Amino acid sequence: MNKELNRYLASGHSACAGCAYPAIVRTVLGEARSPVVIVNATGCLEVTSTLYPFTAWKSSYIHSAFENASATASGIESAQKILFKKGKIREKAKIVVFGGDGGTYDIGLQSLSGALERGHDFLYVCYDNGGYMNTGNQRSSATPFGAQTETTPIGKEQKIGKTQLRKNLMEIVNAHNIAYLAQANVAFLDDLKMKARKALEVKGPAFLNVFSPCTNNWKFPLSQYVNVAVLATETNFWPLYEIEKGKYKINKVISNRRPIEEFLKTQGRFKHLFAAENKKTLEKMQEMVDEEWKKLSANASV
Amino acid sequence: MEKGAVIKYDALKAPRTGNWRYLYPEMKKEKCIGCGRCVSFCPEACIELRKEKGSDNKTVKNKARVDYDFCKGCGVCASVCPVRAIIMKKSE
Repeated sequence: MNKELNRYLASGHSACAGCAYPAIVRTVLGEARSPVVIVNATGCLEVTSTLYPFTAWKSSYIHSAFENASATASGIESAQKILFKKGKIREKAKIVVFGGDGGTYDIGLQSLSGALERGHDFLYVCYDNGGYMNTGNQRSSATPFGAQTETTPIGKEQKIGKTQLRKNLMEIVNAHNIAYLAQANVAFLDDLKMKARKALEVKGPAFLNVFSPCTNNWKFPLSQYVNVAVLATETNFWPLYEIEKGKYKINKVISNRRPIEEFLKTQGRFKHLFAAENKKTLEKMQEMVDEEWKKLSANASV
Repeated sequence: MEKGAVIKYDALKAPRTGNWRYLYPEMKKEKCIGCGRCVSFCPEACIELRKEKGSDNKTVKNKARVDYDFCKGCGVCASVCPVRAIIMKKSE
């Protein structure tokens, strides 16, 4: 057991073998220089780390529901502020919220938006595994175009999978004019570390969106999460960038991006796209990725 | 207001996830360069670097060591190792 990495999240949690988010949680919390209060939205992380009567958390931890993780964080922050003012506590703890993409993109969006707008001092970390993986792979608004899920199955008529585009959460969060937000990837832990440090230092709300492959429902071998995540960035599907006070900065510019097929073919959920009748869909997806990248680099160069 | 109770963490009572394992990672100590890539990517945080004496009994180098009590046998360590010092083998 590695004592340094076990400081906040202990070994013995029941996440699937080969899951990506423990590395995210440990990296982000490892950068904390003050005590932390962890707020957790419902999701894989909450379900697997708090099996009754055990808990994998060694720090203050609160879980309320899917939709109000940020509201809970706001409450803690406000209570802490007033207790500090009255002199009942000597040190303020940093509040770190962890939510999956279901609890962030879909259900928790209103409370996240409210907390960002009110300017509470907290860090929101969204681990994006593109669906409701803990309840059995239902689609969410973070599921990429073309992915097969339980609620977007392949049939006789419908041959693409999910036909809608992903939600661009980074732009939504950026619209709140917060001081720091960034998109990171679990395969690039040094980059994630740097971003976590910056985000924890910011006074006021900060946001991190971290790519977290799901071995079970993306249907790739247990050992491959790092390789899948590397490909997501190398194909420009998941660019690494940060927005500091409205200023975009791309942290990893891929000079020679790989075709999107290389990322798609690693996963079983995109298997149907390689059938003969879906050739056009693949071309369309490549266009969409290039379009997104063009938009992002235009923003970064201004 | 009543003061809350503090529940102390007891590592000995933690569930052992080692019995999930189907494959187990075998470390080749002579190959390991102590880069720590497997340590940071391991989902269980059950790998740590320990200083160990080399074969000539003089040089001290970092070597990765797995805690088999918690290792779920996913094989992430083997797939990220740059020198292939970790090999997944079938458990008996």
